[in-house]
Amino acid sequence: MNIWIAIGATAVGCYAVKLIGLLVPVGVLERPLVKRLAALLPVALLAALTAQQTFADGRVLVVDAKVAGLAAAAVALLLRAPFLLVVGAAVVVTAGVRALTG
Amino acid sequence: MTSAGSGLTVLQTCALSLLVFTGASQFALVGAIAGGGNPLTAAAGAFFLGVRNAFYGLRLSQLLALPRAVRPFAAQWVIDETTAVALAQPTRRSVRIGFTVTGLTLYVLWNLTTLLGAVGAEAIGDTDAWGLDAAGPAVFLALLAPMLKTATERAVAGAAVLLGLGLLPVLPAGVPVLVAALAAPAALYIEGRRAPKPAGRMKADNDAPREDR
Repeated sequence: MNIWIAIGATAVGCYAVKLIGLLVPVGVLERPLVKRLAALLPVALLAALTAQQTFADGRVLVVDAKVAGLAAAAVALLLRAPFLLVVGAAVVVTAGVRALTG
Repeated sequence: MTSAGSGLTVLQTCALSLLVFTGASQFALVGAIAGGGNPLTAAAGAFFLGVRNAFYGLRLSQLLALPRAVRPFAAQWVIDETTAVALAQPTRRSVRIGFTVTGLTLYVLWNLTTLLGAVGAEAIGDTDAWGLDAAGPAVFLALLAPMLKTATERAVAGAAVLLGLGLLPVLPAGVPVLVAALAAPAALYIEGRRAPKPAGRMKADNDAPREDR
């Protein structure tokens, strides 16, 4: 039940912020600082999340097969591979390393 | 897509994709619940991740110039991908087409793959053995990579990684990410103090055209 409440809260909250952005008067965005912050916030959030999902097991930091998978994804990105190939590389390499070591 | 492997039912997984429809928040919610976190703390973290969509909305509202009555319906599609496509379009007409086509396509595909993934994952069982737990961070990495254009963005990303990982063992689930987001205003503050220098101004000028698009 708690999970349903969490889903409901997330759904309402996430919809609200999407709508707020569209309803804010145009003039506010003209401020350069708002523009820069809008561009930088996703960078910080995505970077922290990527790192956490790669190295975190619950609240403990670990190095496992996912690290190899993410390294493969990084290489694919450097080679300008398409999105699905990047994700696919991470999945396949992670599974491969687990199969070899586990 | 990976949520059925972490304690959510098929129905809950599909409800997330239908109602929340912003990948990072979904992954964060599912990840935090799977990690044993309090569901409400997990929702707070997911909500904060969705906050960036408000900033996308700020830009999109200028570009789309939608009538107020249409905005509540367009809002659900204000996400990374639709923004990226819309910002790349040259005219208002193509911005609107790009936003609508991307939004509709992703909404349908995302929910279909969620259903297939959730049902499939129950059949597969342990998703970790298939390396599917690497898909989430790989998606984030792929979204992040094109944003790392200047030294400021790389510094923000680096600082956020250190904060996110360093604080993980000591703060409740979801909170380290909130703290890591402070790397963005911090970088702007430092950049602002350096702005009077010629080098700083040159970089700002170079950034300007990209910002306007």
